[in-house]
Amino acid sequence: MNVVGALTVLLVCQTIGEALARYFELPVPGPVIGLALLFAVLVARGRLPAGLADTANGLLKHLSLLFVPAGVGVMLHMDRIGAEWLPIAVALAGSTVITIGVTALAMQALMNGRGAERK
Amino acid sequence: MSGGIAGVWVYLSTTPLLGLTVTLLAYQGAYWLYERANFHPLLNPVAWSVAVLVALLVATGTPYETYFDGAKFVHFLLGPATVALAVPLYAQLGKLKRLALPLSVALLAGSLAAIASAVGIGWLFGASRETLLSLAPKSVTTPIAMGIAEKLGGLPGLTAVLVVATGIIGAVSAKYVLNALRIDDHAVRGFAVGTAAHGIGTARAFQVSEEAGAFAGLAMGLNGLATALLFPFLLWLVVRAGWA
Repeated sequence: MNVVGALTVLLVCQTIGEALARYFELPVPGPVIGLALLFAVLVARGRLPAGLADTANGLLKHLSLLFVPAGVGVMLHMDRIGAEWLPIAVALAGSTVITIGVTALAMQALMNGRGAERK
Repeated sequence: MSGGIAGVWVYLSTTPLLGLTVTLLAYQGAYWLYERANFHPLLNPVAWSVAVLVALLVATGTPYETYFDGAKFVHFLLGPATVALAVPLYAQLGKLKRLALPLSVALLAGSLAAIASAVGIGWLFGASRETLLSLAPKSVTTPIAMGIAEKLGGLPGLTAVLVVATGIIGAVSAKYVLNALRIDDHAVRGFAVGTAAHGIGTARAFQVSEEAGAFAGLAMGLNGLATALLFPFLLWLVVRAGWA
């Protein structure tokens, strides 16, 4: 499978996802349903085409670039952020650190005693 | 030579080409610096690209809408990139099956912690109602978070910014938080970063190892799903309890 083929697979999955989300009025966004769909297809087929793996990993390698345009949108909200910078900054920093800690500790606690199964 | 340089600028500044090109240039520059600095967390390429681009737009008096007309092509790829997460996920299928229980519990704990602590801290420090609603879905990936904020009555545009800021904070701080908690397993480290800091955290995790990246991507996808499903239920609870 070449790059165009791989992109087509990704876009078809996303389109089906968007259509299902809209038709059934699901609270889940289309691309997430597309993700589940592609995952299900891969599990069912039991193998991963090399071209799809290359294109997907190439796209994901620069995932952070894709967030830049939305981030630049900060300039539209300068007034609100200026007025509420303290609650926003503390909430973002505090909540992000708490979330990392809670998630890691919960997962680690349940993995203890399963050491033999880890690599 | 009618108009000279100014004429060329007037022409270019109205085409989508410029917004797209400066986005890629800013990111390449920021990434080059990041690589040079041995991936130092404080040189996060998203943060620096955004800073440079905002400065540029403000300096040239370009409205965000004009910029986004070009940058939307990059923004659009978030959709297929989300679908592409199925690939690293599938590559970790064996591990996923073995770790189903710890992953589900960690996901639920992390998802609730993210929402509750963001809204709780924001409320304690006196954030307005719209800001709180825009903060609530800040740990999930942009397209999902914007959809949730819209349904809640928050400001989707502000949510997009808060999501990106969360991702940057997570990518910068994860190493220190996880080291302080003595978490060594790359699967656990990746999963925690992906839950808290979606795609930007995932991008960071992929730089550490493929295993960390795959689990971060998994967490990002699952947390998007979990948060989208949890919100209608949480909202119902809030209304029932008479808080809103």
